[in-house]
Amino acid sequence: MSYTARPRKQYWNEPEMGWWERVYLPEILRGLAITGGVFTRNMWRWMTGRKGALTTYYPEETRADYARNNRGKHILTQRPDGRPQCVACNMCATVCPAQVIEIDAAFDPADPDHPKYPSRFEIDYSRCIFCGLCVEACPEDAIRMVKVVPDLPSGDRGRMWLTLPELLSWSPAADVGKPYPPRPAGGPPGGEH
Amino acid sequence: MIQDLVVHLVYIGYALTVLLLFGTVLTWVERKQAAVMSDRIGANRAYIRIPFTRVKLIWWGLFHGMADGLKMIVKEDWKPAVYDKFAYALAPWIVFTPILLVFAVIPFGGALEPAKLFAGIPAVAQWFGEKTYQMQIAQLDGGLLIVFAFGGISVIGAMLAGWSSSNKYSMLGALRAGGQMISYELVMGLTVLGLILIYGTFDLTAIVQHQSGILLGFLPAWGVFYQPFAATLFMAAAIAENKRIPFDLPEAESELIAGFYTEYSAMKMGLFMFAEFIEIAIIGALFTTLFLGGYNLPYMSDAGFLLPGGHEIPLPHGVVVVIQLVTFLVKVLVMSSFQILIRWSLPRFRYDQVLMFAWKFMLPLALANLTVTVVAVWLLQ
Repeated sequence: MSYTARPRKQYWNEPEMGWWERVYLPEILRGLAITGGVFTRNMWRWMTGRKGALTTYYPEETRADYARNNRGKHILTQRPDGRPQCVACNMCATVCPAQVIEIDAAFDPADPDHPKYPSRFEIDYSRCIFCGLCVEACPEDAIRMVKVVPDLPSGDRGRMWLTLPELLSWSPAADVGKPYPPRPAGGPPGGEH
Repeated sequence: MIQDLVVHLVYIGYALTVLLLFGTVLTWVERKQAAVMSDRIGANRAYIRIPFTRVKLIWWGLFHGMADGLKMIVKEDWKPAVYDKFAYALAPWIVFTPILLVFAVIPFGGALEPAKLFAGIPAVAQWFGEKTYQMQIAQLDGGLLIVFAFGGISVIGAMLAGWSSSNKYSMLGALRAGGQMISYELVMGLTVLGLILIYGTFDLTAIVQHQSGILLGFLPAWGVFYQPFAATLFMAAAIAENKRIPFDLPEAESELIAGFYTEYSAMKMGLFMFAEFIEIAIIGALFTTLFLGGYNLPYMSDAGFLLPGGHEIPLPHGVVVVIQLVTFLVKVLVMSSFQILIRWSLPRFRYDQVLMFAWKFMLPLALANLTVTVVAVWLLQ
């Protein structure tokens, strides 16, 4: 039995250089013309008061083209009277893979329907991975993520905690993308029972 | 006598200021130019806050060079357990010092007459007398030889650094640096020989003065128009001499960490970096002096402008001196910026390609250029 070697198939392009490329200098000049051209174009844009870069000055400037349902900053939804809808069940804190949510539950005798509420709800944004699992885990639709990117950069880790006042700063009327759920029929919940 | 000393001390102060300033500013130019070339914004976070106010001076990130310098000074100067501590400590200075010394022979302006400059203050003018000084620290007949002599010393520094570091990467980098720098120094010398044949002198002041005329009625008589080919080769060889991309094999960070200065930290490493950036300016200054007419503006002499139509615009001596100084600095800055453009445009060579390029491509071309020049000069005589 004889063995004949099959011609090996070549999966790459053979480098082919003509004499013009081999002379080297013209191609170098062509490359320099390209990079120099980009430099001149961008410099001209900067000098005429426009922006000559594709990147952004991050904290001062954010990109306008974030996705419509971008997972940005966390917010806590509110009841019509402004108290958090959160019932401090700790499910978001449990599911959180980065373990950044800290909740202290408290008792509110004035509201017999929802006696448990969070007295402290904090998210450590120095470790949050913005996976959105907390939003999915919440049984009360109390925590959501809005499109706005949090104001993260800071020289101090202690300042990167999102606290209750800021979580409750969301204004449902202003957010058209995620409107507040309609009130159930029969008056405000927890009103007259 | 004392007048000479005063004038030359002023020159030395000027030269040191200019060089160190170039070294600092070029780090910024490199960052920003690279950023603009690649559609980015570039380093812009370092700032100086005016004390007791909230005013932050950012100035397009100009202070990043200062921040770098400060960082390098206050960083821990970690020393490896090397056998030859003296050589290890000496190497950065052997790289750094000759580069500063090269500037001593480069003319950064035309003739200076202190008496005319201080015409308003008779006492000072009288003290200086009628003497004329070339704006150059050391006016030597063999100026160009001094340039190459000092240029050769930095090879020793690089090799010493690599050898004394007791590190294989450093050693490889040092060997690469030695092979590469010596090869390209040869090419550099051969490219300049053509110019020396044309001008008939090694004196850089005389070379610059030769370039102040007019060629073919309208072109400034710059070296680049006599020897365009040599100018290109000189630029390439000079970049290789400075060990920057595309010839940065001695420091190839993807292969050798940082090459011959792998084991250096803090300001010792800073000296190597600083030397590299100052050498960009020195190469720019040399190229300007040899090929771009030095401090000469076209149609301008020490007396003022003489336009092609025969119009004459006489200028006072002080204005001429300032124009010449600024012209030289602008030319150097443009050439430095051009080197940075090359550095951020071209990919790195392979090491065998680097040496092949020097010995099989550039050396024959330089010899051919020299031959043509010799024949041309002989025919024209």
